[in-house]
Amino acid sequence: MDVSPPLGLLAELTHRCPLHCPYCSNPVELTTRDAELSTADWVSVLSQARELGVLQVHLSGGEPLARPDLPELVAHASALGCYVNLVTSGLGLTADRLAGLVELGLAHVQLSAQGATRERADLLAGAKAHDRKLAAAAAVKASGLPLSLNVVLHRRNHDQLAGIIELAERMGADRLELANTQYYGWALRNRDALMPTPAQLAAAEPVVRAAVARLRGTMEIVYVVADYHEPYPKPCMYGWGARQLTVAPDGTVLPCPAASAISTLQLSSVRDTPLAEIWYRSSSFNAYRGEDWMAEPCRTCDRRGLDFGGCRCQAFLLTGDAAATDPVCSRSPQRPVVDLVLARPPVAGLVMRR
Amino acid sequence: MITAESVPQLRRGVRLTFDHVRETPVLLFPEGVLVPNATAAAVLELCDGARSVTEITTALAQRYSGVVAQDVLSVLARLGERRVVAWT
Repeated sequence: MDVSPPLGLLAELTHRCPLHCPYCSNPVELTTRDAELSTADWVSVLSQARELGVLQVHLSGGEPLARPDLPELVAHASALGCYVNLVTSGLGLTADRLAGLVELGLAHVQLSAQGATRERADLLAGAKAHDRKLAAAAAVKASGLPLSLNVVLHRRNHDQLAGIIELAERMGADRLELANTQYYGWALRNRDALMPTPAQLAAAEPVVRAAVARLRGTMEIVYVVADYHEPYPKPCMYGWGARQLTVAPDGTVLPCPAASAISTLQLSSVRDTPLAEIWYRSSSFNAYRGEDWMAEPCRTCDRRGLDFGGCRCQAFLLTGDAAATDPVCSRSPQRPVVDLVLARPPVAGLVMRR
Repeated sequence: MITAESVPQLRRGVRLTFDHVRETPVLLFPEGVLVPNATAAAVLELCDGARSVTEITTALAQRYSGVVAQDVLSVLARLGERRVVAWT
């Protein structure tokens, strides 16, 4: 099939992170510091990515500020002509450090928040984080960069949704992403404690709708639904291996940030293979491109061009077959797997990320 | 109300650059990439936060024939709706 160049690179510089969020979507087994790519490796990855067509670089993690070479990587990506986005907890993002990164070409900051109040946010982050995030947000606004606030929603913070929107307004965020938890990596083991109730989801909808209307023109709000509760799955990105690639801290190249979960995929690494070869020719990037891999009911479904069969990672995690229809889909013969999860009684204890 | 005397500029966080891989101008902004058509790119290059739509039209008319202020205005209005352009 005809493969286009990628537009975006998610560069997971490190798995190290000062937060312990129970909804963390990084793998249960994290890459240790000594297994991380070197500065020279990342410089090469960024150069190769730009030559391949990448225009958006998301420097993420873990906490990318944990890498002392972050300024060098920002400068390099920016000099290549990429739009450089820092995805951060905000811990360690002082006004001085930010000013240095802006000077080197940083274009945008995406800050996470865990709740609307200090007490709840710190509880969910497993760290004294809230006040430092407020300070980081103020520094971003003072620098003139656009600010996005990213909040993962779940059963333990849905009740603060209105307060979270007010927090984003007080911060002066240009964009607010409210995403219900997706169950990959560490989050999957907390699924029964994080799953929002139908009542919470029903209550959220009018709150979000009113905020979208009220803030139109000042703050863009993106709401990502809780797909277990929906009749159709979320799309597999813009299609598998279609627009974006992820490079993990150890150099493993992933078609999707959650794809390390699919143990049947033969993943390639930038340590031994050029990025272009991985994008165009690797078995992992070609595994679910296009529609040839689809079985019924996807193969003849009128929605296959909309959702691409749903999430491959979710299909694998819930059915053991990454080529199966995402079982969230009401047309999947395996939908009962999801309904059984939804029928389970909630669990009280959260296992914090470690 | 946007008129010929309004002054457009790229919205904060939006960058217009040339992609030598795709050999086309591109608009980069948080979470997105847009490929403007040749007309939009020519208009955007002149959006410096100082020139009005009338002045942009005059500048374009020196390089291209048949430039009409109303067309420039409608291109910019569309880019405003897509949050690429802000009005000062």
